[in-house]
Amino acid sequence: MNDETLSAVDVRDAVKRYGDFTALKTISLSIKDNEFFTLLGPSGCGKTTLLRMIAGFEDVTEGAIFLYGDEIENLPPHQRPVNTVFQNYALFPQMTILDNVAFGVEMRGNSKAEARRRAGEMLELVQLSQFSSRKPSQLSGGQQQRVALARALAPEPKVLLLDEPLSALDLKLRKAMQLELKHLQRETGITFIFVTHDQEEALTMSDRIAVMSAGELQQLGAPTDIYERPHNMFVADFIGETNLLEVSVDKIAQGRATCHLGGGHELTCNQVDDIGVGAKVHMSIRPERLFMSDIPAEAESLKGTVKENIFAGTDITTIVALAEGPDFIVRTSNSDRGNKRIFEPGTEMYVNMEMGAGRLLVD
Amino acid sequence: MAGGAASGGSATTDTYKDARGWLLMPAWSVLLVLSLAPVFMMLVYSFLTKEFRGGVIWEFSLAAYDQFFFDRGLFGDDPPVIEWTYLTIFWRSIWQAGAATILSLLIGFPTAYYIATRPENVRPVWLFLITIPYWVNLLIRTVSMKFLLRDQGPLNDLLMSTGLISEPIHIINTNLAVQLGLFYSYLPFMVLPIYAAVERYNFALSEAAADLYANKWVTLRRVLLPAVKPGVVAGCILVFVPSLGAFLAPDLLGGAKNFMIGSLIEEQFKGNAGNWPFGAAASMVLLTMVLIILLICARQQSKAGKEV
Amino acid sequence: MATPGNDIKSYPGFRFITIACLIILYAPLVVVTIYSFNASKSITVWEGLSLHWYADVFTGPDSGKFKLAARNSFVIAIIAASVSTAIATLAATAMVRGGQFKLRTVSFGLISLPLMVPEIVTAVATLIFFNAIGFDRGLMTILVAHIAFCIPFAYLPISARMQGIEDTYEQAAMDLYATKRQAFTKILMPLMMPGIISGFLLAFIVSLDDFIITNFVKGAGVETLPTAIFGSVKQGIKPNIMAISTMLLGLSIVMVTISYFVSKTDNTK
Repeated sequence: MNDETLSAVDVRDAVKRYGDFTALKTISLSIKDNEFFTLLGPSGCGKTTLLRMIAGFEDVTEGAIFLYGDEIENLPPHQRPVNTVFQNYALFPQMTILDNVAFGVEMRGNSKAEARRRAGEMLELVQLSQFSSRKPSQLSGGQQQRVALARALAPEPKVLLLDEPLSALDLKLRKAMQLELKHLQRETGITFIFVTHDQEEALTMSDRIAVMSAGELQQLGAPTDIYERPHNMFVADFIGETNLLEVSVDKIAQGRATCHLGGGHELTCNQVDDIGVGAKVHMSIRPERLFMSDIPAEAESLKGTVKENIFAGTDITTIVALAEGPDFIVRTSNSDRGNKRIFEPGTEMYVNMEMGAGRLLVD
Repeated sequence: MAGGAASGGSATTDTYKDARGWLLMPAWSVLLVLSLAPVFMMLVYSFLTKEFRGGVIWEFSLAAYDQFFFDRGLFGDDPPVIEWTYLTIFWRSIWQAGAATILSLLIGFPTAYYIATRPENVRPVWLFLITIPYWVNLLIRTVSMKFLLRDQGPLNDLLMSTGLISEPIHIINTNLAVQLGLFYSYLPFMVLPIYAAVERYNFALSEAAADLYANKWVTLRRVLLPAVKPGVVAGCILVFVPSLGAFLAPDLLGGAKNFMIGSLIEEQFKGNAGNWPFGAAASMVLLTMVLIILLICARQQSKAGKEV
Repeated sequence: MATPGNDIKSYPGFRFITIACLIILYAPLVVVTIYSFNASKSITVWEGLSLHWYADVFTGPDSGKFKLAARNSFVIAIIAASVSTAIATLAATAMVRGGQFKLRTVSFGLISLPLMVPEIVTAVATLIFFNAIGFDRGLMTILVAHIAFCIPFAYLPISARMQGIEDTYEQAAMDLYATKRQAFTKILMPLMMPGIISGFLLAFIVSLDDFIITNFVKGAGVETLPTAIFGSVKQGIKPNIMAISTMLLGLSIVMVTISYFVSKTDNTK
């Protein structure tokens, strides 16, 4: 390794095939030391397969996986210094909480007493010491979740793998656990690899996110990157809500592209590297980067008619039928009501884009 | 057994796939040597020459099958005509097993249905009550049946004391006694698969039928029965097949007039007849019949499975 | 309130048939149990309660024969059930945790063969097999035949149990540095225990109850309880047979009840 800092996990040209079906198509990615890294994508995108390949539950068809510089893809799971928090926790039902947490420490060759001492510490860390002699079935979902976490952290793994660990919890508990996980990762300094299909969860918790779809890596970057600068249609559509316009590119100059809609209306927006003049592509504009006015503002404006306003607590969603193009969603935060206008259904008005809000996408 | 279990269950994971050869070895060796090899030996013996006091002489012979199917007269030199003695016994066995199956179905279906429509928490208790007698020694159950049905037995005592009858009903040593015995022996085999099918049945279908003006019995015939047919077929096989080769019920309850295949075979090995090749041949005929029935049903069930 | 007649699920008469069904199933057993306490020498006349025939089983003229038969039956049942349960546990692990493989269906067919072949055919085949290889008939032949015959009965509850255990438990164990063998002995085995126990008990009952196969493969003069009872019944039902039957009946019910409650204990929750 020539880098000064060694990657925690290095996946190199990894391929996974089941017979004729290719679950992962040549994936390469580097996960940094101490990073909270998320694999995000819809079900069947290959994220869990990749995680299980790192854990050792799936063979790697082609390619290699390195853990802090050591090649591990041929090691059985029990020889890999990584631990997993399973989706359904997989707490051993016949053992007490303490024995569950002590299991990995003992299997690593420590004495039973040492394993129990360490398990006690871990239970203290997740604030469950008083439950140590109970069985898993006597705990609530959230408590089981924390036991699973303590059990996976107790043997001091180099990397912790989390397979949709919060999906079984209700919304409130999930939000609380998201924060707790994030803090735990900071405190322990262990690299976390987190798998989820929930984009909001991924954006909240991660240092970096790898968005996957159909066995391929779509985009890798920090949450803001992924949200503000989606690389392609899939990422723009999967992360958050977005409005899409079909445009043709006319001119590219100084990092900005001039395009026109099907009916001829002209728009400018930030340019993307792989798109050239003449290309027919999609432009994505986030709903909260739009505002409405009765006369065209000094920005890119599109004429339309309000179809419906939907009140949703913190914000109002307006659906607008564009004169030229599809329906648009405009989101106005309730705190912005002072300087942003809402129109009654049936009103003709203009939808305006904030500077740099439009972004061209690769298909 | 027939039905869903035939596939061996589909849920399987591969944690121990490297060790499966070793894990299966004991089962394979025991069953190959003690279940499969004996059937082949039996086939071989059916083509050997009989030794008079049991056993065989290692000489090829078709005599066993010839005796089974053809009558060549007292001295064996008449032109062969079809031998009805053994075919009649087989026919009677099929008839008795069929009657027992129908009896089991008539009682087993309503029972299974009734249990499957009880509240979920009491269903296991009902099922348990139905299956307990099955686990009681078959011999003891058959002897109990014989005791109960005797001319001077408790059943007749009860009926006479109530004044319903004045003379004891003669049940023992009749076809009915054998059918009752077979029914008693294998009833849980009828109830369990039907229960499983009805429990999986979506009663919204019955509601839909009722909503579309079908009365209960039409609903039963046109909607429920087709849906639970695999369970009914499995139940019928599971009663019919063991009834066909049953020994205890016909032997203890049927008497000499109601001889069935089981007794015919037993007599060749344990009784005075002592003709091993003939017993082996009769067993082969029985086994062939059973395997044909199982194959037909397995094929039908897998066809039905594909249609769904 | 809906009248029962309007309940789409209920059919008139089904409840009556179910109850009649239970009466038919239990009446013979109850009657024999009652008559086993009869003081009379005759099986037809009731002369009051007595434990006379139970005493007769243990001390009467036939007691020696029955004690020996009972000992044979229990020794064979314990050994046959243990061996077949061990074999079935290994086989179930391969079948349920061994992935898909070509011989899987064949293996399942082989394991369930004793259930598909009529018992009398199995009995004939086994007798012929022992005769062909020159294996002298005796206790050994009964034991060996019972082991083969008990395997499917032990296999079914064990594999059903195993299918109900998610494989994430073993994966979690291996993820926590347990080898495959440790994952099996420390995690999978304890979870399977209810299935293994009910498999053992069912195999035990099947062996203890078997008459047809035993009757064929036993050596001359060697008796188990069922063959001894059968021999006795051939000369007419005597009250001491009813006492023995009642005791065996009680034993079977106790064992099945244990098996039922053990298999119901769900230690995965």
